[in-house]
Amino acid sequence: MNILNIDYMVGLVPILLRYLPLTLAMAFAGMVLALALASALAVIRVLRIPGLNGATLLFISFFRGTPLLVQLFLFYYGLPQVLAFLTQINGVTATIMGLTLHFAAYMAESIRAAIIGVDRSQTEAALSIGMTNGQLMRRIVLPQATRVAVPTLMNYFIDMIKATSLAFTLGVTELMGATQKEAAGSFLYFEAFVTVALIYWMIVEGLAWLQRRLETRLNEAYRR
Amino acid sequence: MINVRHLIKRFDGNAVLDGIDLSIEQGEIIVVIGPSGTGKSTLLRCLNFLEKPDEGHITIGDLSVDAAHARRDEILALRRRTAFVFQNYALFANKTALENIAEGLIVVNRWPKKIAHSRAHEILTSIGLADKADAYPASLSGGQQQRVGIGRAMAAQADVILFDEPTSSLDPEWVEEVLALMKQLATERQTMLVVTHEMSFAQDVADRVIFMEGGRIVEQGPPSQLFQAPEDPRTRDFLRKVLVNQPINPLG
Repeated sequence: MNILNIDYMVGLVPILLRYLPLTLAMAFAGMVLALALASALAVIRVLRIPGLNGATLLFISFFRGTPLLVQLFLFYYGLPQVLAFLTQINGVTATIMGLTLHFAAYMAESIRAAIIGVDRSQTEAALSIGMTNGQLMRRIVLPQATRVAVPTLMNYFIDMIKATSLAFTLGVTELMGATQKEAAGSFLYFEAFVTVALIYWMIVEGLAWLQRRLETRLNEAYRR
Repeated sequence: MINVRHLIKRFDGNAVLDGIDLSIEQGEIIVVIGPSGTGKSTLLRCLNFLEKPDEGHITIGDLSVDAAHARRDEILALRRRTAFVFQNYALFANKTALENIAEGLIVVNRWPKKIAHSRAHEILTSIGLADKADAYPASLSGGQQQRVGIGRAMAAQADVILFDEPTSSLDPEWVEEVLALMKQLATERQTMLVVTHEMSFAQDVADRVIFMEGGRIVEQGPPSQLFQAPEDPRTRDFLRKVLVNQPINPLG
């Protein structure tokens, strides 16, 4: 076995980093959309809105019950065959769509748990001073639910960043796709994939650091 | 000023409130006593629709609500004319003592934040917690939390404050400071309806004591009459049991 080609790895980093913005953009877009969708699904479940509740359960069941890769292939290769307007869909859009729906299904449940975890008596207190349901959700329940949900939602975000690497199977040249191409040219597969693994790892560690700071801030009200 | 007629609340077919009639004058301090599970808390909770009564009429000032057909805006209006003090304080955990008191003024009454905060400061001062303005509930003692709870109710400028066993969750060392604050409110003639097991508070402060059992008002009258000369055998029986452990000064 050859000694690790450090020079190659160091040279590879700036090349791969050119594709980092696309990876992060897909992850951020997916996260924002998934958060919005998951919050809506969670509220539907908490309030048991008739009609929508059943549809929500089916949605969550399907997108949690099938692999993300299957869902991505379904959106990119499968659906355009039956839905004409989807023939123009590109790999990036299909990836964001898949990430959004897949992770929203998971996140809806943790947001729902966080909402129902907020002490019921605070809801009554808010009602007793004449707040409307919307006001008490916005001012009292959601801020506290956020604090509870942040650790698990950050977990999903980390998972989502790594899941963007599946876009490579839809022909998108993002971080993973770029690594594959570089490795195929140099035949230094080990070095290339160790390098990209380290890049993913550093991104996630950076996020974990942000998460710790965020949690310290959100916990301010609960120190004794 | 407050008039309750034939209020009925059923849980699973059982009448927890079985036709309550009650009138309260402005500035009157009423204490409700009675065995556990006789509907005392349910009565308070029905008055502001934390529980929806099944039948009856509630009138506060010029607002009259038919419980069976209460509209959302009527319920909201009723809640804005009443304030509630909870047994477990129920402070907003994400807000400071000051913000807990100012919250309703800002959100419900639409006061500018600055004015609401200065009003909340006045209230904190009057409840002796000016130095705790920026403290979150988790860092306050039980007694301090309940005083903030009362401060939040005071801020609402409601026609009546409903107290639901305000000292029952407190460690004994904190009970006095909360009762003292309630007495202070009583001397200011704040209209109060208090459910409590503190018999000496009832004796000292109440204008009228109501004894409830089985979802009905069994007997009511000034504390001197109700404590010294109860007419109904159920009242006598209840008082004999509780006053063994909690003697009250018969000279009041």
